[in-house]
Amino acid sequence: MNGAEILIDALINEGVDTVFGYPGGVVIPIFDVLYRTEKIKFILTRHEQGATHAADGYARATGKVGVCLVTSGPGATNTITGIANAKMDSVPIVVISGQVASANIGTDAFQETDMVGLTRSICKHNYLVKSVEELPSILKEAFFIARTGRPGPVAVDIPVNVSNGILEDYQYPQDVSLPGYKPVTNGNQKQIERLAQAINEAKRPLLYTGGGIVIAEASRELTDLLDKTSIPIVITLMGLGSIPSDYPTFLGMPGMHGTMAANLALTECDLLIGVGVRFDDRITGPRELFATQATIAHIDIDPAEIGKIVKPQIPVVGDAKQVLRELVKRVSPRRPNEWNRHTESWKCQFPMTYDQNAEPCILPQYVIDRVSALAPPDTIIVTDVGQHQMWAAHFYQHKKPRAFLTSGGLGTMGFGLPAAMGAAVGRPGQTVISISGDGSIQMNIQEFATCAINNIPVKTVILNNSYLGMVRQWQELFWDEHYSQTCLKRVSDCPPVCAGPGANCPPHYIPDFVKIAEANRIPGYRATQPSEVDAVLKEGLGQPGPVIMEFVVKSLENVYPMIPPGKPISAIIPGRSV
Amino acid sequence: MIEKHTIIVTVTNRVGILARIAGLLAQRGYNIESAIAAPTEDPDVYKIILVVMETDEHVEQITKQLNKLIDTIKVTDISHRDNYIVREYIILKIGITARSRSEVLDLVRVFEARPIDLATDHLIVELTGHVRKIDRFIELLKPFGIKEFVRSGEFAMTEYN
Repeated sequence: MNGAEILIDALINEGVDTVFGYPGGVVIPIFDVLYRTEKIKFILTRHEQGATHAADGYARATGKVGVCLVTSGPGATNTITGIANAKMDSVPIVVISGQVASANIGTDAFQETDMVGLTRSICKHNYLVKSVEELPSILKEAFFIARTGRPGPVAVDIPVNVSNGILEDYQYPQDVSLPGYKPVTNGNQKQIERLAQAINEAKRPLLYTGGGIVIAEASRELTDLLDKTSIPIVITLMGLGSIPSDYPTFLGMPGMHGTMAANLALTECDLLIGVGVRFDDRITGPRELFATQATIAHIDIDPAEIGKIVKPQIPVVGDAKQVLRELVKRVSPRRPNEWNRHTESWKCQFPMTYDQNAEPCILPQYVIDRVSALAPPDTIIVTDVGQHQMWAAHFYQHKKPRAFLTSGGLGTMGFGLPAAMGAAVGRPGQTVISISGDGSIQMNIQEFATCAINNIPVKTVILNNSYLGMVRQWQELFWDEHYSQTCLKRVSDCPPVCAGPGANCPPHYIPDFVKIAEANRIPGYRATQPSEVDAVLKEGLGQPGPVIMEFVVKSLENVYPMIPPGKPISAIIPGRSV
Repeated sequence: MIEKHTIIVTVTNRVGILARIAGLLAQRGYNIESAIAAPTEDPDVYKIILVVMETDEHVEQITKQLNKLIDTIKVTDISHRDNYIVREYIILKIGITARSRSEVLDLVRVFEARPIDLATDHLIVELTGHVRKIDRFIELLKPFGIKEFVRSGEFAMTEYN
């Protein structure tokens, strides 16, 4: 067998059914094998970044390793954002890139880039395959590393002579030999015992959980713990859906755009139990002012996360599922107390609201609300990055894990559409709704063609406020309304300084998203009045294939609450309605 | 408090491991004072001995991040331990004159350094020893005019297992 055949055989052995990617000179041998195999479905995206995000979305939706195959040079560099994105959110993907022939490496050959060097700091591990002999074991390791422990992206760079190289007695290895890689999954019993004790003794305990619950598939164990102890819980952007949004002790998402209840609870708890979280700066704000009254416990599978930002008194290294299972056995049942009533009162006092009736134009929150009401229960929501992402996080009623896919750590505009595509391919039969802003959607807009051609039924919702809304919001609140380069309607005739929309604004938004739909031969709809929202959603969601639904929403709407950057929770701006 | 830490990283001998370690430290903003990559009795295993100037907290984070590398087998910060043998090697070129020569040679003798080359205007010596001894040797030779030296960086090994 040659290297290319070995690669495809390895993918089949690893249970890969779909590969996203784009061909090029040095990967022709591999594509030639794909041409002959029926076991792998290949989705030809329109850009390698789209392919990488699609593999990422596929992995998030299914829990399996997503795979992307690209050529050397520009093909490889186009995957960089996607790899970094997967790294930040701990998503298992394997990115296979072609490389120039071994003999030409280092000569600045045509379409040569140092892929291993470029990806070193943004992937979990990477390989340059030196010979066809080592290809089978490298591929085995790549998949093993990507999916185990704290998952992450693995890049494998394969020179063309390795793809063409012949290996006589090929056998796909059964095991890996990695003396330095042994992820700890079972938590230390003594520490778990200490944590149980701390929970039993705490007056104001708070659970703070994140993406680790989703990755470890620990929703069941988390629910068991909550049912037994009634501890109030805040869930990060990455963890939304771990438990349903209507769970009684759920206080919402914490952090910069978190709910008042979640943030107040973080400030006032006396025991903070972080599970599968990394104390991101968007959650903590200034560390020295974060959860100052609390004993901190931190459960995470990655030892390097423990103590990186906040030093816990009770550290537990282990898999969230295993540790929570042990913890549930050890904690005493707890009934809702004064603290529960307190957190409950914050929820009532500071609800997440908006008033569509008081507005002539569509409010973005209203659209999300209606999506939530009209989408089938097992819908997967995928977002881009910005204001719409925060509104989707807050106003969509999350029901289950792996159903809210969003670029959390890297904050990658352009993630949504290709990731939704990957999710839809990985979860056929489930409705996949991609919620974007008018800025984000344009960053990988070429993938509408991929959806249309392959009939991948992604339902795209565009909340068009004609601004890069999140940056504009910062400019409004902290930069004296200097809307520098954030208006997407702005044309060369506009006055040099502009503090917001008015009668003299250009009449058209460019591009026309309904015409983008038309150009891709898919249905496109636009709602400009609140009364049209339901009709568009029903019509769009009812279509069998991909659609674009554009909602022209209020331009200057802000995401509240908001903690100004660098400020503590006490500086929170609750919002206009409160 | 910023102090010197010597970290021994035991790694699988794979392509690019030194770049991974150096890249990781640079990426997270840590400075390396010295680094040695040395083969060991096992051809598949290398030891990389790093000296960094950092606080205890940072070193803990460095240690954890180094441990996270797939090819890392073991990471040990030996700074606060005494069951380690630490050595360094130096080659040094000192300018000499007829007047200073005997005094310099005295120092060489006291420190048990080994002369390698002697010319009319300079002397080249080598010395192996604890880092402190080497520091002191350099300090005492300074007044005579050190023309050039190259230090190996620290080597270390456990006394017991």
